[in-house]
Amino acid sequence: MSLYFLCFMLFCVGLYCLVRKRNIIKIVIGLGIIEYSLNLFFILLGYRTQGRAPILISEQELINTVDPLPQAMVLTTIVVGLAVMVTVVSLALRVYEKYGTFDITKIRRLKG
Amino acid sequence: MELHLILIFMICASIMAVEIKDLISSVIALSAVGLGLCLAFLVLKAPNLAITQLVVEILLVIVLIRATIKKDLPLVRDGRWLFNTVSTLLFIGIFLTFGYFALKELPNFGQPTMLVSREYLANSLTQGGLANIVTAITLNFRRFDALAEASVLFTAVIAVLAITRKTGKAHDK
Repeated sequence: MSLYFLCFMLFCVGLYCLVRKRNIIKIVIGLGIIEYSLNLFFILLGYRTQGRAPILISEQELINTVDPLPQAMVLTTIVVGLAVMVTVVSLALRVYEKYGTFDITKIRRLKG
Repeated sequence: MELHLILIFMICASIMAVEIKDLISSVIALSAVGLGLCLAFLVLKAPNLAITQLVVEILLVIVLIRATIKKDLPLVRDGRWLFNTVSTLLFIGIFLTFGYFALKELPNFGQPTMLVSREYLANSLTQGGLANIVTAITLNFRRFDALAEASVLFTAVIAVLAITRKTGKAHDK
């Protein structure tokens, strides 16, 4: 149970960064922390105490493995997370190019 | 026990990444969080994920350093600093309260239910034909997941190309 709570704390640090900070790069970093904590939470849900990695070895019975389904899903999520982060960073670079700042409170003027 | 240590290390590194003023140091601290996640995956018996996480982390650090190099911004405190911080912390407190109630409903740590994956474990060698069960699930049993993932990647490439395009139609003159 305490591991779940630590994972929640990691999520909350990311959420604080996402809501409170004003620099766009800091917001991207908060998004990354939230993504890490969610991936970790899925894997924690599938863990079995004293379990083995879900890989078959010849002449050995496959008992007591960890849950392979969350691992297969998180494998997809990590790559999709990379795609999301790269898109957000390119948006931030575009904003810097146009307004000359990363501060979200200074990006107010509409430019045609 | 080592999982607790890794998680506490990740939380400390993420707090550093949030609070450090220099942007490049902040990016390096974020990559420390990713490395801790990679170690946690190894301890949790997920070697495929650890490898993928390491590769993705390297790519992400390269992209983020490209974005932050030579571009720094002094963080200023405005007049509503106290109000903003208190309201954010209140929001997070409400979230943690609901999370505490949700945690009671989860299965205990170390005892997964494994309703679906029991089937995969039994049939992975005969139907999937692969010894690594995670690969068998991604490539055989749930193949559409990988298809959707590839389509998301291509959409991201198109989005990045559209965002970083230098010349618009109106500015050609």
